[in-house]
This record gives sequence, C-alpha cells and structure tokens, in this order.
Amino acid sequence: MSTTSAGLESRRRTKAGIGPLDYSRRLWIRLVLIGTFLFLYAPIVTLIAFSFNDSRRNIVWRGFTMKYYEKALNNDGLIEAFVNSLTIAFVSTIVSVILGAMVAILLWRFRFPGQAPYEGTVMLPIVIPEICMGVAMLAFFARIGWPAGLPWPLNLGSIIIAHISFSFPFVAVVVRARLAGFNRELEEAARDLGASQWQTFRDVMIPYMRPGLVAGGLLAFTLSLDDFVITFFTSGPDTVTFPVKVYSMVRFSVTPEVNAASTVLIIVTVLLTAIALWLQNRTQPKDM
Amino acid sequence: MNEASPIIRIDNVTKRFGQSVVAVSEVGLEIREGEFFALLGPSGCGKTTLLRMLAGFEIPTEGEIYIDGQPMTGVQPNRRPVNMVFQSYAVFPHMTVFDNVAYGMKVTGVAGPEMRERVEEALELVQLAGFGDRKPDQLSGGQRQRVALARALVKRPKVLLLDEPLSALDAKLREAMQMELVRLQHTVGITFVVVTHDQSEALSMADRIAVMDRGAVKQVAPPADLYEFPNSRFVADFIGRMNLFEGKVVNANPDRLTLAVDGIGTIEVPGPPGTAMDSVGVAVRPEKTRISGLHPGNGQIAIEGVVEAIAYQGNESHIVLDLGDGARIAATLQNSSRTTTPVAAIGDRLWASWAAADTLILSD
Ligand SMILES: Nc1ncnc2c1ncn2[C@@H]1O[C@H](COP(=O)(O)OP(=O)(O)OP(=O)(O)O)[C@@H](O)[C@H]1O
Ligand SMILES: [Mg+2]
Repeated sequence: MSTTSAGLESRRRTKAGIGPLDYSRRLWIRLVLIGTFLFLYAPIVTLIAFSFNDSRRNIVWRGFTMKYYEKALNNDGLIEAFVNSLTIAFVSTIVSVILGAMVAILLWRFRFPGQAPYEGTVMLPIVIPEICMGVAMLAFFARIGWPAGLPWPLNLGSIIIAHISFSFPFVAVVVRARLAGFNRELEEAARDLGASQWQTFRDVMIPYMRPGLVAGGLLAFTLSLDDFVITFFTSGPDTVTFPVKVYSMVRFSVTPEVNAASTVLIIVTVLLTAIALWLQNRTQPKDM
Repeated sequence: MNEASPIIRIDNVTKRFGQSVVAVSEVGLEIREGEFFALLGPSGCGKTTLLRMLAGFEIPTEGEIYIDGQPMTGVQPNRRPVNMVFQSYAVFPHMTVFDNVAYGMKVTGVAGPEMRERVEEALELVQLAGFGDRKPDQLSGGQRQRVALARALVKRPKVLLLDEPLSALDAKLREAMQMELVRLQHTVGITFVVVTHDQSEALSMADRIAVMDRGAVKQVAPPADLYEFPNSRFVADFIGRMNLFEGKVVNANPDRLTLAVDGIGTIEVPGPPGTAMDSVGVAVRPEKTRISGLHPGNGQIAIEGVVEAIAYQGNESHIVLDLGDGARIAATLQNSSRTTTPVAAIGDRLWASWAAADTLILSD
C-alpha cells in the first residue's frame, strides 16, 4: 500500500517535471526510438557480426575469425564485381550530376512550349517500376545491337547508361528544388560587375547549387551502387556487379564471405557519404 | 551644370512585356554628368524597368539608350560603363566582404596590389574598413548595403544605378543613409540614378527628379520646381499634399485668367500668357493656405467653410474645412511655439484664404 502510493507520488512528480516540449523524456517516445533503431540496425549489426563467424553454414555463432575477409579479398570474381560496381557508380554519378543539373537549370530558367510535358517525361524514370525499366533497357540494347565483348571498362557502357537514365532525374529534382530559392539578382549582380555568362555560372550559380549537387550526387551514387534489378537485365556474363554477384553467391549458401564483402561495401558507402557531407558543411554559407 | 553634356540619353524608349503590358512608354530623358538624378513614381509605374534597361537587363522594345554618347543596343550588361546597387543588395553569400568587392575586378583581370588597394579604398569610402574578412551573414542590413555600394563604386562606373536603395532600412537608418549617399556622390563625383517611390527621399537627395506615371515621364525638374510648379494634376497630387479643385476658364486676358471653380466660385488669378484651355485643375498647397475668423481682405482668394477635422501632428496641425457640395480644403498650421493656441474647434465657421499668386493652374 505504502509502496504504491510512493510510486504514484514519484510518477506524478516526474510527470509534472516534463515540459511540453521535453519529448525525449517521455516513455513512449523512447520506446518508438528504440524500436526504430532495433528495426533499422539489428539486421545490419547481425550482418557485420556474422561476417566474423567461424562457421561455413553461418547459422549459429562458432567463434571469431577474420578468415572470410581474407577469402573475400582473394575471391577474384567478387573483387572484380566490386571494382565494376564502384566504376559504374563513379561514372554514372558524374554524368548524372552534370545532366541532372543541366535539366534543372533548363526547367528553372526558361519558359518554353511543352515545358510541363517535358518535365513530366524527364521525371518519369523515378516512378516507372524498376522491373519495367530493366526490361526496357534489355530490349533497347538488344534492338540497337549493343556490342558485346568490349574490353574493360567499355563493356560496362550499357550498365552505366542504364544507371544514368534512372539516377539523373533524382539529381534534377534535388537541384531544381535548390534553385527555386535562388535570388536572380545575384546573377545579375555578377553580370553587372563585368562577369561573362560563364564566369557568372562558375562563380555564383555553382556555389549556390553545390548542396543540391552534392545531395543529388550522393543519391545517384548509392542508387547506382546497390541497384540490382536494372543491372541484372543489362549485365552480361563478364560484366557482373557487386549486388548481382552477391545474389549469385547467396543462391548456393549464405557464407560469412558474403557478409564480409557486404560489410566492406557498407563501410565504403558510409565513409564516402561522411566525406561528402563534411565537404558540404565546410563550404556552405548560410543562405540570405 | 546646365551646359554639362548628358551622360545618359534616353531617346523615345518604350518597353512592352508581351502584347498588352506597356511598362515604359515613349520616355525621353537626358541625365547630366555628375548629377544626382531620381526616378520617382508610384508602384508599378515602370521605374525599375527603366533602370534595368540602363543596366542592360531589359532590352527596349523601341527607342535607343545612349550612355556616354554610345548607343547601347546589343551591349551586354557586363560591357556597360554603369554599375547597379540592387534592391536586395545581392551580396554574394559565399564570398567574404573583401571578395565581394574584389569580384568585379577579378573578372576583368585587375589583380595584385592594385586590386587590393582599390578594395581597401572602397571599403574605407563606405566606412567598412576592417570588415573585409566577414561573411555577409555576419553583417547587418545597412552594412550589407554598404558592401553592395562599395562593390559597385570600386568599378569606377560612369553612372551608378540604385534601385530603391533604402527601402529595406528602418526610418532612422534611412535618413542617415540619405545623407550618406549624397555625401558619397559628392566625394566620388559619379552620376547617380536612384529609383524611389518615396517622394521625401527624392526631394531631399536629388538634383533633379523625373516623376513617372504608368510608364510615362510626367515632369523632370529640380525638387523645388517640382514642388512649386507641378505641370499636371498627377505631379501636384503625388508630390506633397495639395488642395485640388476642378474649374473652367471663363475669360483669358494676356496676364489674367478668370476661372469658375467648383466649390469656390469665380476667382481671378495671374495666368500664364496664352492659356486658353477649357477645363483646368486649380490647386493650392495646404501650407500656403491660411485660416482666419474674418474675411482676410482684398488681394486674397477666400472661401468660407466649416471645420470638419483637426489633425495634430506635433510640429504642425492640419485643419480641414468643409466647403459644401463635397468640396474640402486643407490648411497646415505651424505649431511654432509651445503656447500656440488652437485657432479652431470642429464646427466653427472660418475663412480659408491664399494669395492669388500661389494658385496653380494645371492643364494636364
Ligand atoms: N518581366 C515582366 N513581365 C511582365 N510584366 C512585367 C515584367 N516586369 C515588370 N512588368 C510590369 O511592368 C510594370 C512596371 O514594372 P516595374 O517593376 O518597372 O515597376 P516599378 O515602378 O519599379 O514599381 P515598384 O515601385 O513596385 O517597384 C508593372 O505593371 C509590372 O507588372
Ligand atoms: Mg521597382
């Protein structure tokens, strides 16, 4: 009896002590937070943990080992796929950023007949189901007779084109949103001070668009790196990417080797993202 | 200054947006070298459009603009000998104050010690010496505007264009900056063209003012002429306060006009020779209108009315008399002593009067 009343007492006290905006001190918010983290990160943590598992079947924990990292590093097929994936991601990101930025500027700057349909068409790859894009790409490359058996890295051409086609609209959307807040007088001021069109673009527009370019580039990079469906349809036997390779490995059995390779990929992406964000924060002034 | 050659000649310029919007219509203007020139007019009258045509951001639909004798058709904004201070200031947010001011020289190939010297000089001129390393987001609005000024002045333009340069500042700072701009203009000797919709700003700063209405220039004159001798009802009403009546010329002698004025009756004023228009505007400034209990006597135009409103404004009071038939006349009285007693109360019957020579006859 006395304990209950004491408990109530303290409950009431804490309740009264929580301000209306002290959300982090409310129990249910904490539960949601913990639940979210569990849901998001438990699989990833498990993946990383089991990459050190000393067991071929990789179902129960049998002790710590690094040997699957070694094995993965010595797996030429896996390394080749990894290099392919990074190459594709880099090239398609660079092209996507340039193309996406150009589309964004075109849509923002100019009024031309058919603008609305054009905008819709450009953004279409964002909403078209990936599987359809994949089939379309397959049909397209077969129809135009895309040459097979080119030397590396030219043999990645078809995959790179496919990746550009679905990632540049994302860049365009992000950069366009950024441009919506641009003060045209900044551009005119540069022109007025004697800058040519190109100098104005380089010195005023690009610095302003930079956060959009970085964010769009990150999106394009990660989209390309982990794309499976479209790549699957456009890759040949000698142009295997990392996701496709992992898929083929997993079809036989989930070994710690797959986990090890995936862990390396996670680390690479997280590092690249962190660097990009750091660069962006360092150079980004407040908007006015 | 009258003989000075025009640095800017606007020759019959019209600007249309699309088919229907005429932003600037058949404007002809000459702006003299070293002049502080103001473009004044209500919102939407085309001031900004005219200024942007001078800077090269809009292209005249018809007519030609000459700057320093050169026709400007086909000359890009970066090749014109003018610089602009934008309404939003448009200070580059990602550059320091120094880099902002240096930018105009960097792109045109002025570098090294000469550039540094000129930047320091310009920052000094606008009293921002020592602010070079700051980013624009660490400056106040007034300081940002000084950066915009320095950035334009450092280019040593023939003409400096300013679009509503003071509209974003609070009242105190605005007054200080008005003086500052005039001082600056005297120091550098560059022609200033300022756009404003604030008549008191234009009157206090400019050597000459062009008043615009719906795309057209109504009058170009020095401030005092504009105030005392407006040439149209629009200018008379726009600059300061004005008692405006409608009337008819009933008899025109070479130097005297007899007018029948609605709400006042028949009056006789010294008229401009040769005025023979039918209906005219008849106007008098409130501060030239006197209020008295008795008829002021001969030589004055006088009418009787009932006090309708009295507005006390500290330095002066405004009294409005109802003349019947919806006609009103306002008079401004200076409260020139602390003990000035109110001359009237609402409902009193009083005389409003003014010297015949202070009557304005407006044909337009
Ligand atoms: N790019 C444009 N397209 C269509 N109409 C325009 C354009 N720019 C200006 N106008 C029109 O031209 C007219 C004059 O505009 P302007 O901006 O020159 O006015 P303003 O005198 O500067 O007014 P404010 O004091 O409000 O700035 C306005 O009716 C405006 O709607
Ligand atoms: Mg304007």
